Amino acid sequence: MNVMATTGTATVTLPSDEEILITREFDAPKHLVYKAWTTPELVRQWWCGQRGEMTSAEIDLRVGGTWRYAMVATGGHEVAFHGEFREIVPNQRIVNTEVYESPEVDQDDPAINIVTFAEEGGRTTLTVLTQLSSKEIRDIIIESGMESGMQEGMDLLEQVAIALR
Amino acid sequence: MARAATTTDAFNAVAEPRRRQILDVLAGGERPVNELVALLGLTQPQVSKHLRVLREVGAVEVRDEGRRRLYRINGQALKPIHDWVHAYERSWTERFDRLDSLLEDLKTKEQGDERHGDYRDGDSDAAQR
Repeated sequence: MNVMATTGTATVTLPSDEEILITREFDAPKHLVYKAWTTPELVRQWWCGQRGEMTSAEIDLRVGGTWRYAMVATGGHEVAFHGEFREIVPNQRIVNTEVYESPEVDQDDPAINIVTFAEEGGRTTLTVLTQLSSKEIRDIIIESGMESGMQEGMDLLEQVAIALR
Repeated sequence: MARAATTTDAFNAVAEPRRRQILDVLAGGERPVNELVALLGLTQPQVSKHLRVLREVGAVEVRDEGRRRLYRINGQALKPIHDWVHAYERSWTERFDRLDSLLEDLKTKEQGDERHGDYRDGDSDAAQR
C-alpha cells in the first residue's frame, strides 16, 4: 500500500499507525517561518488557503496558553479549531493540542501537533507531526485523502456516483 | 463527550481498510457475497459484517436476483467524503503556497529594515524597542 503522497512540494508520510507527518521546505530563514506561523496577523494571511476567509486567529504563545483559528468556508459554514500550547522553543519547536470544533468530535480527546523549524543555507524545513488519539481517526484523515491509491478509488467512486444519478 | 459509534456515517464506515477494499471491488460492478469472499480472502461472516456496516450508512445497496443477493456501491452516499477529501488535500497545498508569498514579503521587509539600519538581531521585534 502506498503510504506517501506528494502534493505540490509538501510531503505527507505515515510514521506510525497514529501519526501523520507533513514536511515542507521554504525559501526563507526559520525565524521568518516561525514568525509567520505564530503571529495572528500573519496567520490570517495564509492559514485558510483559498478556501474561505479567516474570522479568528487568537494565539497566546506561552506554555499553557491557548489558540483558536476560525474561518468561514466559501460555502458559508464556519470551521474552527482550538488548542493549548504545551511546549515552545522559539524558532525551533512548538508542541500544541488541536481540537476540531464539531459535535462529531470528542472535544476532550485532542490531537497533538509537534511543529519543528530547521534551517540550512537560508532555507527552512518545516515539519508538522500530528499524533492522533487512535488509528481509526488517523485512517479517516489519511485514507480518505492523502494516500494516492485511495484518491484513485475516490475518483472512481465519483464517476460511479455520477453514473448512478 | 463520548466519541460517536463507529458506524454512524460514511466517514467512519470507510475508516476500516477492509471496507474500503470492498468498496473498491464494488466500484468495478455489482457482486454477490461469495465473490467478495473469494476476492478479498476473508470469511463470509467477516464480509457480511462489513457489508452490514456499509449498508447502514447507505454506501452499499443490495438487491435480490433469483437466489442471489447482489451488492452494489451507492456513490451518492460517498460523495460527501469525496468532496471533503479534495478540500483537505488542497488545504495544505494552498496554505503553503500562501505562506511562500508571505515569506517573500517578510524577507523583503527585513532586508529593507537592514538597509535602513533599524534592524538588529533578527528574531525579535522587541529588540528594536
